[in-house]
Amino acid sequence: MTSLLILLPLALMMGLFGLGAFFWALRKGQFDDLEGAANRILIDDEGREP
Amino acid sequence: MNTIARLALPDAVETVLVVPGMHCSGCMSKVERQLQDLPLVHAARVNLTARQVRVSHDPALTVPEMVDALAAAGFPSQPRGEELAPPDSAVKPLLAPLAVAGFACMNVMLMSVSIWSGAEGSTRTLFHWVSALIGTPAIAYAGMPFFTSAWQALKRGRTNMDVPISIGVSLATVLSLYETASGGHDAWFDGTLMLLLFLLAGRALDAAMRDRARSGVDALLRQAATGAMVLGRDGGLAWLAAHELVPGMVIRVAAGERLAADGEIISGNSRFDRSLLTGESVPVAGGTGDAVHAGTLNLEAPVDVRVTAAGGGTSLAEIARLMEASGQARSAYVRLADRASRLYAPAVHSLAALSFVGWMIAGAGFYQSAVIAIAVLIITCPCAIGLAVPVAQVVACGALMKKGIMVKDGSAMERMAAVDCMLIDKTGSLTLGTPTPDPAALAAFLPDEAAVAVALASNSRHPLSRALAGGLTAMGHRAVALADVAEQPGQGVSARWAGLAVALHRPEPRDGKPLTSMVTALSIEGRPTRLIRFADHLRPDAQAALGSMAAMGIESSILSGDNASAVNEIARETGLAARADASPQDKRDAIDVLRREGHKVLMVGDGLNDGPALAAAHASIAPGSASDVGRQASDFVFLGDSLLAVPRALAASRRTMRVVKQNFVLAIGYNVLAVPMAILGYVTPLLAAIAMSTSSLIVIANSLRLTRAAR
Repeated sequence: MTSLLILLPLALMMGLFGLGAFFWALRKGQFDDLEGAANRILIDDEGREP
Repeated sequence: MNTIARLALPDAVETVLVVPGMHCSGCMSKVERQLQDLPLVHAARVNLTARQVRVSHDPALTVPEMVDALAAAGFPSQPRGEELAPPDSAVKPLLAPLAVAGFACMNVMLMSVSIWSGAEGSTRTLFHWVSALIGTPAIAYAGMPFFTSAWQALKRGRTNMDVPISIGVSLATVLSLYETASGGHDAWFDGTLMLLLFLLAGRALDAAMRDRARSGVDALLRQAATGAMVLGRDGGLAWLAAHELVPGMVIRVAAGERLAADGEIISGNSRFDRSLLTGESVPVAGGTGDAVHAGTLNLEAPVDVRVTAAGGGTSLAEIARLMEASGQARSAYVRLADRASRLYAPAVHSLAALSFVGWMIAGAGFYQSAVIAIAVLIITCPCAIGLAVPVAQVVACGALMKKGIMVKDGSAMERMAAVDCMLIDKTGSLTLGTPTPDPAALAAFLPDEAAVAVALASNSRHPLSRALAGGLTAMGHRAVALADVAEQPGQGVSARWAGLAVALHRPEPRDGKPLTSMVTALSIEGRPTRLIRFADHLRPDAQAALGSMAAMGIESSILSGDNASAVNEIARETGLAARADASPQDKRDAIDVLRREGHKVLMVGDGLNDGPALAAAHASIAPGSASDVGRQASDFVFLGDSLLAVPRALAASRRTMRVVKQNFVLAIGYNVLAVPMAILGYVTPLLAAIAMSTSSLIVIANSLRLTRAAR
């Protein structure tokens, strides 16, 4: 049972970290252009300046 | 965005260009490279969702230079004015509550699983406390969209879907906190959070659909040229936006350009295409002293026009006012989901109240009665009903969008599915609205003549030349090299080819009669002159489209502002009943008459003159080539030339509504099964969680069948 005292806060911290990361991404505009991000991966750079 | 922030130099300015033509990764990289190859551009980044490119550049680089660079790569573009900045996305404010609900739901569910599998005593209390610690703030935050909306409705003495949700969620939270504090058996944090998660997902999907459709249409709307070259007193030319024009200014309108204001011609002679404004298909001549209207297209030669009315005073603005008055019938339409919730909310509340009273009478005690009543509220919370409409619409809209049909409004499909007759405008809707060369004349060309014609036509921006070049290129002809190319505005293009004088010009009027139709002549020294007749032809597949509309039980007729002879010709060709010479007011009245007879009218139109009718009709669809007024007023916009988009949109809407109704039956069927159990007091948090997620998944799975709705 004592392991719970470590595991519970640990699980919660990890979850909160994920949530924090999501909020950070939301604020940084990572979700502004979902369609563009999906397509950008297909662009061939062919050695040119991106 | 980040890239630009890093690269931003002290002297850099940012310009946002709207590029409606982008839709794949190839387009993105072409647009970005084209701009980055300009010497003064620091960075360019495309936002594909908004169809925009943000350019950071040196102030010395002007916007027209960037627009020209993009045009050279085949992408028409338009600078985005601040007043045209798109309204904030509707999805964004929902993303954070959705993420919080998801996070909390997963963590609380983890606790709940151990409770369900038999955690007892102090462990259960500990888990309940942890759940409460995560759940309460999460519910308070993620429930905000519902609480505010419910509060807004209650303040105005109404109720909506959010009222039962808010009451259910708050009561469940309070009960769970009480259970936790008193070391009780059941806490409902998991079910409450899952409910919020599903409901928020439904909302976010609904908002995503509206955002996506709107961004597509906004991009089209911004394409319209809304400005004019103003001739200054010193003879200089400056580009001014339409809203900056004032009466008294002199604007120079090049051939192929649309007028931005009403005015009077002070120099120059040309012909004007007024089809967008009045539906007339034959251009009218205009010379010095004639009045011209905003929205007409100058066909032949540059003219100088003194502005007599701009902005709110133009004939355009008059139509806009008529349109605004016409839209009221539609805004009174109540969406299916709201109609359902009007019946649903009172039913659920009385059911919960009844079970509370019933158990009190049966002698169960206040606490147990309250627990059962709250269980009824949670079980009946319209989780699957909240998903029934948005999921089906999002899937169907995605399918339609792949076929080039954009849905502009959430209730558009519901209204479209109910129409029983169709009125269709002629010029630009049933027909292409642009002159196309007579195919027989093109087929009669010798190969070398065709090659000369392509070469000559490609040197002019005149609409007839462009149509000719397009038609011949499509037939596989390629341009030959010409020498000494010269264009005389209003007359034509001349050049030398292999030593011979060649020209593409207006034919001489024979017998002194002015030409009534659009004709151009190709002359090559030493050969007979060839006449090419242009006409406004039916859209491809028009007959097939009308046939399938009839097969779906829709009676169609033509309603046009053009003269009777032109309309009758098309009516004969299509076999439809027709009415000619209809003013914008007449068109709207025709719809009102049909409505009073109990019909639900679908209006297909493109012009400014169709605007009021498009806004008044039960549902409306416009081609992408329509005037901005037409696109703004209609529910659907289809890209491409084929009229088959109309029956396709109708069939997809009907299919969607069928699935939505199935979804309602599934969702309500689940309630019919679960509610008696809840009333009898058999529902536990575990059962609620399973029932809720199963019914939601079934509704989603049923909606996914619509991926092929737009076949």
